[in-house]
Amino acid sequence: MRRYLVRRAIAFVVTLFFVSLLSFALINVLPGDPAEIIMGTEGNPEALAVLRAKLGLDQPLPRQYAHWLRRAITGNLGVSIQYDVPVGQLIVSRLAVTFPLAGLAIGFTVLAGIPLGIIAASHHRGCGDVGTMIFSQLGIAVPSFWAGILLILLFSVYLGWFPAGGFTSWVDDPVGALRSLLLPAIALSLVQVAVLARTTRSAMLEVLREDYVQTARSKGLSDRLVLYKHALKNALITIVTLLGLQLGHLLAGSIIIENVFYLPGLGRLVLGAISARDLPVVQGVVLFLATIIVSINFAVDILYGWLDPRIRYD
Amino acid sequence: MAGLTPASGTTEIVATELAPLRRPGWRKSFTHRSLVIGLVLTVGLLLTALTSLFYTPYDPLAMNIADRLQRPAAAHWFGTDHYGRDLLSRIMRGATVSMTVGIIAVGIGLVVGVVLGVVAGYAGRWADEVLMRGMDALYGFPAILLALLITSVFGPGLSTSMVAIGIVNVPVFARLLRANLLVLRERDFVAAARALGATEGEVVWRHFLPNAVSPLLVQATISFPNAILAEAGLSYLGLGMQPPHPSWGSMLKEAQPFLRLAPTYAIFPGAAIALAVLGCNLLGDGLRDVLDPKVSQRR
Repeated sequence: MRRYLVRRAIAFVVTLFFVSLLSFALINVLPGDPAEIIMGTEGNPEALAVLRAKLGLDQPLPRQYAHWLRRAITGNLGVSIQYDVPVGQLIVSRLAVTFPLAGLAIGFTVLAGIPLGIIAASHHRGCGDVGTMIFSQLGIAVPSFWAGILLILLFSVYLGWFPAGGFTSWVDDPVGALRSLLLPAIALSLVQVAVLARTTRSAMLEVLREDYVQTARSKGLSDRLVLYKHALKNALITIVTLLGLQLGHLLAGSIIIENVFYLPGLGRLVLGAISARDLPVVQGVVLFLATIIVSINFAVDILYGWLDPRIRYD
Repeated sequence: MAGLTPASGTTEIVATELAPLRRPGWRKSFTHRSLVIGLVLTVGLLLTALTSLFYTPYDPLAMNIADRLQRPAAAHWFGTDHYGRDLLSRIMRGATVSMTVGIIAVGIGLVVGVVLGVVAGYAGRWADEVLMRGMDALYGFPAILLALLITSVFGPGLSTSMVAIGIVNVPVFARLLRANLLVLRERDFVAAARALGATEGEVVWRHFLPNAVSPLLVQATISFPNAILAEAGLSYLGLGMQPPHPSWGSMLKEAQPFLRLAPTYAIFPGAAIALAVLGCNLLGDGLRDVLDPKVSQRR
């Protein structure tokens, strides 16, 4: 296990290095002067020189990168051009929306995806299976932002049960805050429910064909016991692995959904920053989210190795 | 968004598991339900896109404020938008955008991915390691984030989104080709070709690449709908196709403030995206089943 851990840890650090390099290079190395991008047509040579010096763009690239990376590791992601406050502070202020949204969405994914997959596997080639597979195909095809719009149309415009958008602070009205996140979380989780249902079904079918399941059946155990105690337990290795990866997709997906429901999270922050050409914010948010996602993938790798000894001896 | 995440729905297919394209199973493919439905929907999308270049019921850009937000009727089958533009015509022209982005973005991913995959498979251990770690980083980097970074530098637009989506697709094809190359280079026919004096370039061009066509083709059909979803997502955010030109994603964004007045305005463009993606996904699934019967047996 130790060798496996070391190998994965090295891969994790190298991947993080590449992620940081990519985030830095896209803004600083590609053709186009970041100072000119930020100032647009309003920048005169003197103002551009001042901004270049402020952003450290007058230094050689390797030094710029080393300086930027050193600051980023200590949590200093620069200062927002638009708001004139530290980028880290801006990011933290938006997490109260983005993290609960992703958390709720993963909750819905588990609550709907796993039971659907189990139903499909236990009714293989029957109505439950066909229904789940049709739902799964449709769920993967429907873009989350359209699902969000349809949910607004039904539950906000016609039924008036939920707000069509906006967010109430957790401190002022916790129930209102939760209500404003429910529809976005459902829209965000739809694709992931479809993917998880499909994967759970495949994993369960694979396990149900194993000899030990046949043995359990021949011992006279009930279908229910075989399904939950033997099949699901072993299929969980695949399911847990996928769930970790899905959390990353949900965090990234929240960028669009927050814009559908006008939620003041990281997605709205980064989109506003693009319009305002606030490159430090764009770079900071992207680096922050990418680091979280790569870390989740690393945790999933470790968990996978722990759950399935065959992986770590591979 | 799933569409912006190539990981969802992507599968690495290795050449050893796949049979060549010209196999008797192709005759059976016409009775494969997913393949047939997928083919019909995808051909329908392609025909709509091609037709819209020559004919649309109305000019997709022509405004007619007197007819704004019309419900579906004989004059305008899908109704009109908030500028009185015919929705059917705009959806038809939007199909061209989706197809173009799909083809070019997947093309970029395919060409660059194949080149990098060959280099990784052939170069020494260190070059392979560096390239593949780079690919892992790119693969772990959510597509939407990469697209946002690229857009923030180059500005919004269709070309930028095509390049961004193309770059996101590179690691999938690079890893796929490298995996196939590692398997193929141990095969007897490669040793025989080398023994007959074939250069490394000839081995790659005449032996490796033709044998990797099937998995690359299947991966392309899987990446294509993801590219359509990604383009729609970027256009929804205002980072893709710019107004007044129609794109399914930007039409949804424009429709959102008018949900109460004209609900169908937001339904048709979304349904077009879903149908296009569904068709391509079914086609991809069907192709994978036909080209790799082991997969269908496992289902």
